[in-house]
This record gives sequence, C-alpha cells and structure tokens, in this order.
Amino acid sequence: MLNVDDLHSYYGRAHILQGASFALPAGEVMVLLGRNGAGKSTTMKSLIGIVRPARGRIDFAGVDIAGWEPHRIARAGLGYVPEERRVFTDLTVLENLEVGRQPARDGRPAWTEERLFALFPNLGRMRTRAGGRMSGGEQQMLTIARTLMGNPRLLLLDEPSEGLAPVIVEEMAGAILALKQEGVTVLLAEQNLHFAARVADRAAVIEKGRIVWTGTMAALHADEAVRTAYLAV
Amino acid sequence: MGFVLVQFLTGLASASSLFLVAAGLTVIFGVTRVVNFAHGSLYMLGAYLGWTILSRLPGGPAWFAGGVVLAGLGIAAVGVLIEVLLLQRIYKAPELLQLLATFGVVLVVQDLVLKLWGPNDLTLSRPPWMRSFVQIAGERMPFYDLLMIGIGPLVLLALWLLFTRTRWGTLVRAATQDREMVAALGVDQRLLFTTVFALGAGLAGIGGALALPDGSANGQMDLTAITDAFVVVVVGGLGSLPGAYLASLLIALLQAFGIVLLPKITLVLVFVVMAVVLVVRPNGLLGRKLTLARGEANTLALVRPAEPALRWLGVAALLLAVWAPWFVGPFALSVMTEMLVAMLFAASLHVMMGPGGMPSFGHAAWFGLGAYGAAFAVKGLALSMPAALVVAPFGAALAALVFGGFVVRLSGVYLAMLTLAFAQIVWAVMFQAVSVTGGDNGILGVWPAGWASNPRVFYWLTLAICVACVLVLRRALYAPFGYALRATRDSALRAEAIGLNAGSLRLVALVIAGAAAGLAGGLAAFSKGSVFPTYISIDRSVDALVMVLLGGVQSMAGPVVGALAYTGLFDMLLMVTDLWRLVLGLSIIALVLVFPQGIAGTTYRLWLRGREA
Ligand SMILES: Nc1ncnc2c1ncn2[C@@H]1O[C@H](COP(=O)(O)OP(=O)(O)OP(=O)(O)O)[C@@H](O)[C@H]1O
Ligand SMILES: [Mg+2]
Repeated sequence: MLNVDDLHSYYGRAHILQGASFALPAGEVMVLLGRNGAGKSTTMKSLIGIVRPARGRIDFAGVDIAGWEPHRIARAGLGYVPEERRVFTDLTVLENLEVGRQPARDGRPAWTEERLFALFPNLGRMRTRAGGRMSGGEQQMLTIARTLMGNPRLLLLDEPSEGLAPVIVEEMAGAILALKQEGVTVLLAEQNLHFAARVADRAAVIEKGRIVWTGTMAALHADEAVRTAYLAV
Repeated sequence: MGFVLVQFLTGLASASSLFLVAAGLTVIFGVTRVVNFAHGSLYMLGAYLGWTILSRLPGGPAWFAGGVVLAGLGIAAVGVLIEVLLLQRIYKAPELLQLLATFGVVLVVQDLVLKLWGPNDLTLSRPPWMRSFVQIAGERMPFYDLLMIGIGPLVLLALWLLFTRTRWGTLVRAATQDREMVAALGVDQRLLFTTVFALGAGLAGIGGALALPDGSANGQMDLTAITDAFVVVVVGGLGSLPGAYLASLLIALLQAFGIVLLPKITLVLVFVVMAVVLVVRPNGLLGRKLTLARGEANTLALVRPAEPALRWLGVAALLLAVWAPWFVGPFALSVMTEMLVAMLFAASLHVMMGPGGMPSFGHAAWFGLGAYGAAFAVKGLALSMPAALVVAPFGAALAALVFGGFVVRLSGVYLAMLTLAFAQIVWAVMFQAVSVTGGDNGILGVWPAGWASNPRVFYWLTLAICVACVLVLRRALYAPFGYALRATRDSALRAEAIGLNAGSLRLVALVIAGAAAGLAGGLAAFSKGSVFPTYISIDRSVDALVMVLLGGVQSMAGPVVGALAYTGLFDMLLMVTDLWRLVLGLSIIALVLVFPQGIAGTTYRLWLRGREA
C-alpha cells in the first residue's frame, strides 16, 4: 500500500527528514514511534504533501505521489488527521464532516454521517454544535470522522491519544480497531506505547529523521535494547 | 414629515449601492485575505461595460435587469483573469505587496478604460419607467431608488444562503479559517479562491452597472468606490457581510441627513464616522479580532544593517548627487530635488510600516501638515525659512502625538484606514477653511530665503537635510529602540512580557515618522513655492506606500531605492508616453511578480545566496 524510500524534508534550511524509508502493507496498522522532535509529524506532513519533500519516493498504491499537492494526494485516497485538533471552529459538526466529503472508492460503501455517528456516538449527539464549542476529546473524534468522510484507503493519524482521558483513549482504540476491520490501512504516530500496543500490528521507530528499526509489535516488545535506546520514557 | 421620510428612503437606497461594492470586497478579503485595491476598478469597469450593454438594449425593466446581470458576469470573468494571472502567484507574498500588485491593476484599468471608452462621462438615456416617481407623504420619490432599497437586503440574503446552505459556502467558510487543512481534505483551494474572487468581482460589476441610471460611467469612480467600500468594510468589520450592510446603512443615513443639516461636513462625514467607530470598536461593528488563516504566508525577513559593499555604493551615489548640479539642467535639478523630498517622505513611512509594523494609508497627512506649517510660519508669522523648517516637523509631530494615541491601539488594515480617515479630515479642513488656507487655491509665494533662492543652493540644502535625516532614522532603527520596536511588531504579547511597552514604542515611532514626513512637506513647500490641499490627497499617500513597497519594506535601503525609482520612472514616463498609467501599472505588477520581497529586499537575498554558493 505505502512504500516510502529515502525521504528528505526541510523546514527552511533545517534538514528534518534525512532519508526515511519504510513500507506498510495494505490492511495493517503500523505505529511510528519516536521521541519528541524525532520527525513523526514531519513524516506525516510529508506524506500528505503539506511539507513538500525535497527528495525521495512515496509509492502509494503503485503511484509516486512525492511532490503532489495535498488536495491531489488526499483525493488519491490518503487521509490525514493532524496532531493539533484542527476542527473548523465556526462550522457545525455536520458542516465539518461536509468539508471532508469525497466520493466512495474501490467499490466499498462510502462513509456517511450516520455510520460515523455509530462509530463515534458522542458526535451524533451534537450535530449542530459549532466545532469551537466542543471538548478536546470530541474535537479529536470529529477530526478523525471528518477525514473518514473522504473514504481514505490509508489513514494517517498523528498522536490521536494525546491529551485524552484514559476512557476516551480506550474509545479511540476501539474506533481504530473497527476501522481496521473495515479494511482501512492506518499509519499512527504515537508516544503512548501502551496505546500503540493495543492497536498496532507493526512498528517503525524514527530517530533524528531516519527510520532506525522496523518490525512487529511482538518483536518490539521483546527488544528491550531498542526500547531503551530510542523510546526511553 | 414627508421630507424626512423621503430623505430616509434615499438613504436606504444609497445604502444598497454602498453595500453592493463593499460586499464583494469583504467576501474576497474574508477568504483570500487579499486587500483588493482593484475592487473599485472592477466597479468602474462594471459601469462602463453596463453602459455598453444597456445602451444597446431596449429600455424595458426586464432588459435592464438582464443587462445588469450580463455586466456582472462580464466583470466576474475579468475577476477570474486577474485572480489567475496575478493573485494566484502572490498569495504567499506579504500582504502589503499584494496590495501593491492590485494597485498596479488600478493604474492599468484606468488607462484601458480611457482607451476603450474615451475620456467623456457616459450617461444612460433613461426610459420612462426609470424616470417615474412615486408619491410618498406628499413628496416625490424616484421609482428607481425604491427598487434600489430592496436590492441591498436581497443580495445580503442571497449571499447568506450561498454561504450557509451550499457545499461551496461551507468549503469557503472552512478555508477562511484553515486553508491547509481544507487542502489536506481533498479540496482544491485554488478553484475555491478563483470562484470567490469571481463572485466578489461580479458583485462589484453589478454595483457599477446599477449606479448608471443615477449617475454616469466616469474615470474617477474607481477611487471613490474603493474608498467608500473600504470605509464600509472596515466600519462593519473585515469579512463580515451583515457588518457591511449595517455600516452601509449607518453611513448612508448619516450622509442623507448630514447633507441637509451640515452641508459642509459631507466631504468628511464618512471618515469621521469611521474614525469614531474604530476608536470605540477597534475591529469594526461586527468584526472579530483577525487571526491569521492557517497556511497563509506572513513572516518578514530578518533585517540587518547593510553590508560594507552596499555602504560604499551609497557613498558613491551621494558623491554623484553632490556633483550633479554642475552638469544637469534646471528641469533635471528640480526633478532631483523632488526625488530627495520623496526619499525622506518614503523613509518616514518606512519607519512606521517596516519596523513599526503599522501600514498607513494616510501618510500624506503629516507631509501636508508640515507643508502648511511651513507656509503659515512664513506667511502668517513672518518667520524665516530655517525657522519654518523647524516648525514643519514639530507641527506634524505634535499632531502625530495627539492623534497617534488612537492609531497605535489598532493593527493591520484597521490601523491603515484610521490613518486614512485622519488624512481625509486634515484634507477637508485645509480645503474648507478658505479664509486661512486659501482653500483649493492654496497658499502661494512660499519662497526660500534669499541665500537659498538659487536652485542649486536649495538642492544642496535639500540634499543635506534629507540625507542626514534618512541616516538618523536608519541609526535609530538599528539602535535598541529599533530592535524593541520590531519586537513589538512581531509579537506585542511577548514584547510586553520582557518589559517593553508596545503602545508607547509604537507612538514614538509614529511621532518620529510624522516629524520626518513633516520636514519633507516643509521642503516641498519651499521647493514648489506653494502649498495646496493636494499635498494631503489620497494619491500622495498611495505614492508613498508604493515607493516603500516597491523598494521593499524590510530595510532602509528599500524606501530610498523605491522613492528614487518611482519618482524617476514616473517623470520619465510622463515625458515619453501618454499611457503612463498603463506602463507604470504593468511595471509595478511585473516588479511584484519578479521581486516578491521588493527590489531592495530581493536583490539583497539574491546577493546573500550568491555569496553563500
Ligand atoms: N514548522 C517548523 N519549522 C521549523 N522546524 C520545525 C517545524 N516543525 C517542526 N520542526 C522541527 O522538526 C523536528 C521534527 O519535528 P516533528 O514535529 O516532526 O517531531 P515529532 O516527532 O512529531 O515530535 P512530537 O512528538 O513532539 O510531536 C523538530 O526538531 C522540530 O523542532
Ligand atoms: Mg508530532
């Protein structure tokens, strides 16, 4: 599904991604782990095209999308949920979802408001509330639901558990597993190893803009050395 | 009673016309954050195109409506052209440079209109239904005005439905807040912006065509329309449509009754209203505090003092300027004197706009106050020229101090418009206080003292004063004061946190800028031998703005280069072509496209890059 090869990205002159490479098979959930500032968000932004990669290939379902504009990448089936909750504060829940709406793809049933409200029951109770008058957790749900309205094949989730109460984190984990059941491929950036272990099949560890380790979650669990070297908490 | 009612209804009708122009401007600003100076030009084009269409159609009401819509569509197409060819390339450029580019469009359109439709005012021969009256409480009310009353609210309703009930409207409102996120959700924002611009332009076009029956299509309507539209949009609150309608009502009604009660005040009434509203509500009636839309460019480059190489270039230019009077003719000498004055004037605006972060649309106020101050000193108080040249900056600085307190609390376009309001009020005072200022005839015979009456000597004097002042200003900007000022510009909050008082720093900057501009005005008075209200006109404020932006707003070299280039270009163009606006406008547009950081800024960057390589 996704094959990233030697990806380089800059902020101005700062060289942040320094040749990141990894692969993500269709239908799996992969977690991108790394310390603060390791380059997880930058990887996500480079994939969706908000940060334009300077070099490297991003093979998405057989096409190289590196250098495309974000809206084209999104239409090709990449869904991006940013780290900071960027709901449209003036728009209602329904309107926020409307912005994300794209046609169905691959013959799979399209996400509708009703299906999303079944997945995130909280949202269904506040359809006409403005995005700016929702709690952090509700906003996080809304950003995910909004992205799903685009019927993505691959979902990029940047730290969905950040700052959420444990109950909500649990709900979030349930939602991600439900998505996996639907056949959506997920790339997750996380610092919360516990949450990652709950939902992910495999992991990639990023350090200073390079992927330094990849493997299954079970392998990561067994590899004490990697965890202390790169993820020490 | 009938009279009051009719006056009220007339006010409502003109509120609709005001709203039509302002609505497009506020919609465009709300979404793209581009301050579209060319909006008045679209309005003017609407009137001309409307004239061409309507004067060929039969006179029935249905034909009229169809013709107006057609004109609107035509102008929407022009809008698409402007957006795609120009604006799309500069959405990431600093806000003020976008303003400059749209000003280039204003100039181009002025000459195009002149070429296509000729210099005469074009009026529509009105069919009977348009000329008919309705009896209201014993007074006659034009039927057409009654129609106009309905159009404003109708358009407001239509726009409201469009923005709240359609997918397009939802996307547009989302993009207003966070463009990048909208794009990441698969929406092509380029298409969104183009359609928004087309809508705004179309509204302006319809407004222009609808103004035909009560007036004419003429070459001055662009600047009047843009000024009115800006006032309405700012009073209503940038980006707010209901605010724009409310402001249109307020202004039109005050105007309708003001004309009866105080005929003299009508020249400035709108500006007085705007000043009062902005002092009381810094974000307009219904506006909210502007936050930057995500995904919008905004940062200014860091400024450093010039490199030694650049200094040597400056010294060489100065030597050349000192020698020049021996080998140029009298005309060239007077042009060069003018350039020096322009240089000081632009440099003073730079202090406010660059490091101060306070763009001004009314900088001519200080220039004019200085000029009039010098003229009063010489003619009224019989002071000598040197004394008058001291009075000029002090007078302007004093006014800046009094008025600045209100200005420095605002920011961005609001601040710029308040300075414009002040300049217009000063202009009206000078224009109307005929017994003191001579009104339109100005004050004549403001000649330099005997020892400086030789044009060469006066040139050297101007050179010495202007160069010295520019150097002093520059010194101040690289002293702790300048750095503190830039800190307040970049983040008022953080600057306050480290103990800087943003308000007073900005006020000091404004007073310094006012004084320098006043001195430039004083010099201009003596070099021309006269002062006129045109010294305070919007054109002159715009000139200063163009000079600073052309050169680049980040360093002192910018306004100097900009003033010299602009004045030189201008005088040269005047000599060689009667299409000078077209050429100047196209040059400005080309410069913005080639030098998105201004001439000086971009050259400096290229040079830095060259050295690094
Ligand atoms: N807009 C920016 N401009 C300049 N540098 C940036 C910008 N955003 C991030 N960086 C830098 O890039 C590096 C990687 O940042 P990134 O946001 O990708 O980290 P992250 O792994 O997502 O960290 P976190 O866990 O804190 O979210 C950091 O050193 C950061 O300082
Ligand atoms: Mg991050």
